[in-house]
Amino acid sequence: MVDLSINFGGIKAPNPFWLASAPPTNSGYQIMKAFEAGWGGAVWKTLGVPVVNVSSRYGSVNYRNTRMMGFNNIELITDRPLADNLREIEEVKKYFPDHAVIASLMVESRAEWEQIIKDVENAGADGIELNFGCPHGMCERGMGSAVGQEPEVLKTIVEWVKEAAKIPVITKLSPNISHITDPGLAAVQGGTDSISLINTIKSIVGIDLDSYAPYPIVDGKGTNGGYCGPAVKPIAMHMLKDLAQHPEIGKVPLSGIGGIETWRDVVEFILLGATSVQVCTAVMHYGFGIVREMEAGLRQFMEDKGYNTIYDFAGKALPNVTEWKHLNLKHKVVAEINSDKCVGCDLCYIACDDGAHQAIALSDDPTNRIPSIIEENCVGCNLCSLVCPVEDCITMVKKDDGKQHTTWHERTLNDDIPTTFDDDRAGGKGHFVPKPSDALKK
Amino acid sequence: MAEYKRPTTEAEFEKNFKQKKPLMNDTEAYYESSRCLFCYDAPCIQACPTSIDIPLFIKQIHTDNVTGASKTIFDANWLGNACGIVCPTGVLCEGACVYNHQDVPPIQIGRLQNYATNKTIDAGKDIFKVGESNGKKIAIVGAGPAGLACASEARTLGYEVDIFEAKEKPSGLTVYGIAPYKITNEEVLKEVEYLQNQLGFSIKYNNPIDTPQAIKELETTYDAIFLGVGLGKTATLHLDGENKKGVVGAVEFIEELRMKHHKLKVPAKVVVIGGGNTAMDAASEAARMGARKTVLAYRNSREKMGAYGFEYDLAISAGVDSLFHVTPIAIVGNGNVEGVKFAKTEIVDGKLKTNMNNTFIVRCDMVIKATGQAKQGHFYDLISDLKRDDKTRIEINNDFQTSNPKYFAGGDAINGGAEVVNAAYDGKMAARGIHNWLTK
Repeated sequence: MVDLSINFGGIKAPNPFWLASAPPTNSGYQIMKAFEAGWGGAVWKTLGVPVVNVSSRYGSVNYRNTRMMGFNNIELITDRPLADNLREIEEVKKYFPDHAVIASLMVESRAEWEQIIKDVENAGADGIELNFGCPHGMCERGMGSAVGQEPEVLKTIVEWVKEAAKIPVITKLSPNISHITDPGLAAVQGGTDSISLINTIKSIVGIDLDSYAPYPIVDGKGTNGGYCGPAVKPIAMHMLKDLAQHPEIGKVPLSGIGGIETWRDVVEFILLGATSVQVCTAVMHYGFGIVREMEAGLRQFMEDKGYNTIYDFAGKALPNVTEWKHLNLKHKVVAEINSDKCVGCDLCYIACDDGAHQAIALSDDPTNRIPSIIEENCVGCNLCSLVCPVEDCITMVKKDDGKQHTTWHERTLNDDIPTTFDDDRAGGKGHFVPKPSDALKK
Repeated sequence: MAEYKRPTTEAEFEKNFKQKKPLMNDTEAYYESSRCLFCYDAPCIQACPTSIDIPLFIKQIHTDNVTGASKTIFDANWLGNACGIVCPTGVLCEGACVYNHQDVPPIQIGRLQNYATNKTIDAGKDIFKVGESNGKKIAIVGAGPAGLACASEARTLGYEVDIFEAKEKPSGLTVYGIAPYKITNEEVLKEVEYLQNQLGFSIKYNNPIDTPQAIKELETTYDAIFLGVGLGKTATLHLDGENKKGVVGAVEFIEELRMKHHKLKVPAKVVVIGGGNTAMDAASEAARMGARKTVLAYRNSREKMGAYGFEYDLAISAGVDSLFHVTPIAIVGNGNVEGVKFAKTEIVDGKLKTNMNNTFIVRCDMVIKATGQAKQGHFYDLISDLKRDDKTRIEINNDFQTSNPKYFAGGDAINGGAEVVNAAYDGKMAARGIHNWLTK
C-alpha cells in the first residue's frame, strides 16, 4: 500500500508535494486552495523586512511553441504586513493541522531573526525556511543570495536561528556559487535540520529589440532576475546530487526545487536524494491543479516498482552518478535506424555530419531518404537519437559483450596513461575523417 | 452533403464560396510554424516546382521575421501569395512533408506562405530591387502568371518591360479561371499591384495581339518577346445540338462567375461533362450557385479521372452527383437545352468503347463542357517559324526559347495546361533565358 506521507527533518506532511516560497504562497487564500487541491505543504512567501515592489516583474523564455520554458522574476519578498501573514498562518493551520506550513524568513540582525522566529512559532508554523537564495533586489541590501554566497555568514545566521528556534529549520541555498557544497556544509555545521535547493539563478531572459532593455522592463530599464522553470531542472538536480553524495551534508534531509512540473521530475529528484519537492513555476503557469498529475504519476510509479514510501527509493540513483574517471571505457553503443519508422527528415544525417562524427550516410538513390549508419565511424554519442523526431526510431544498441571493464581511474592506477593518441574511436585511428576539401564537394 | 441556397447578395455568395484556405491569424501561424522539423534537403522544397526554401521561411515566420519570410518566398516565386492559396499543396509540398509518414498532419505550408506574403503585401513593404537599366526592352504577351513572373524577373535584370493583355484584368486564369472558394479577385489583384509598384513594369490592358501588324510592331520595338498566352476557349465537342442555348464552356462559365458573382443565374439542373480539375470546379461552383441538381459526367471510371482526388471530394461534398462510364452523344432540346443524351461506355480489349445500344437522357437546363481548352493555334500562325508539338504546345529549349529565337514561351502555352506555380516558374526562368540570349 503506497503511503506518500513524509517526515522531513521533523516536519510532517501528508505528501512530499510542497509549494515553494514564491507568489503562489503569498496568502492564506492561495495556500488553503492549494491544500484543497492536494498539495501536502507550503513554504510561505518570505516574511521579513518591509519592501516595496515594482510593476512588471516576470520575464519568460519561450522555446518554439512552449511558453515559459524558463521564467524569471524581480519580485521581492512579501510586501504584505507581517501581522496579516501571521494571522493567516494561524488560520490555515486551524483548517489544515496535518499539512506542513513553513515560514520562509529573511531579516538582517540577530534581534530581528529572534523576533520573527518567535512570531511565526506563535502563529503555528511547522518549520522555518531561511531564504539565503534570492538573487535580485534583496541581495543588494545584504540579504538573500548575499548570505548564500558567504558560507561563514550563512553559518553564523543558521547558528543564531537554531539557538532561537523551537521548530525545525530548513536552509535554502542559492545556486549562484561555484561549489554548492560550500554553503551546504556551512548550513550543516551551523546546525540546520535540513536543506532546500535551488533558489533562482541570476539571469537576463531577453532583450527587447526596440527599447534595448532587458525583460521584465520597468520604465525602459531592467535588472537581473531570478531564473527558474523547466530550464533550470538539470542544474538543480546536479546540485542536489552534490549535496546528497557529500558524507556530511548528505545526512540531513534535502528538499528539491527547480523546474519540477510532472511526476517524472518528482521521481528523478527523489532518486537523487530529495525527500520533499517544492514547486513554483509550474503552478504559476498551470495553477494548483497540476498536483493531480504529479500525485497520480508518483503513486503509479511506486505501485509498479513495489515501493511503499518514498524513502524506499530516495537516493537510489546516487550510486550510479559517478565521476567520469569511473566510467567503463570498454562500453560501446552504436546507433541503429529503424527504417520502417524513419520519415526521412534526415536531421540525424546533418546533425552527425555537421555536428558530430560523420557517421551517417545518405543513400545514392535520391528517392530513398532513409539514411544509414556508418558503423565504424559511430562513436555512440547519441546525437542522432536525440534529434530524431520519431518515437523509438533511432536506438543506441550495445555492441560490447559486457565482459571487459576498464576505467580511466584503473588505467591511472596501473600506470597505463596514454602517451600517444590511441583511442580506437577517435578520428584517424579506428574511424575515418573526411578531408577538409571534401566539404566543398557537397 | 452540403446544400446551397441560390446566392442573391454578395454576402450570400461569399458564404457559399467560403475560402478553402483562409488566412492564418498570428497565433495559428506561431503554433503551426513551430512544428516544422527543418528537414535536411527538405522534401517539401524538392516537391515545389519553384523550389521555395520552405523550412527557411517557416523558421523566419516563427522568429517573427515575416518580411524575411516573404523575401525567401518571392525570391523563388514571384506569385508566392497566389501560389500559397491556389497551389494543390496536398500533392506538392504538403504531400511531401515527412510528417505524413507517421500519420501526423503535415505542416500547412500553403497557408503559412500566404500568411507571410499577405502581411508583407498589406504592409506595402518594399523587398525587391529593380536592376540597373540595360537599355533593352522585352514585350510580354499575356498578363497571366507566366507573363507576370517573366516581367518581374526581367525588371530585376534591368530590362524595360511592357505586358500586352487582351482582357481588362491581370493574372489570367488566377482571376478568371480559378474557383472563387480558392482565391478572391482582391487577393490576386493586390499581389500584382504590389509587384508592379516595386518593379515598375507596364501592363497594357484590352490590348490583344492578334494581327500580323501587331506582331510586326512588337518585333521591331522589342529585343525579345515572351509568350505567356495560355490556352483559348473551351474546345468544341462536335455534338448534335451543341449550339443550343444553355450549353457553355467551363472556362467561360467560371470567368463569368468570377466577374458577376451572385448576379450570375445558374438554373436548377446542370450537367457538367469532363473529369479534370476544371470539371470538378465547375460542378462544385454550379452547386454552390444553388443548382438543385448538378451531375458530373465522365466517360471513364472514377480512378481514370484527371482530377486530383481532393478536388473530386470537394465537388461531392458540395452536393454534386456523378456518372461514370458515360459519353455525351447529343444535346437535346428545342432552342434551349433540355437534356444530354448519353451512351454508356465500356472497356473492350483494354480500350474504351461507346455502346450506342445503351443510351439514356439526363434532363437539365444547362450543360457545362469541361473537356479541355483549345490551343492558341491561330495566334501562333501569326509568328514565323514558331514550332509546336503534335498537341499544339510551343516547343522550347532549356532557356525557354522557341524555334524563333526572338520568342520565348512558358506556362500553359508550353505545357498544355498546368498549375499557376508551373507558369510562375516558367516565366521566371524564361526571363533568365532571355537575359542569357541577349547578353551572349
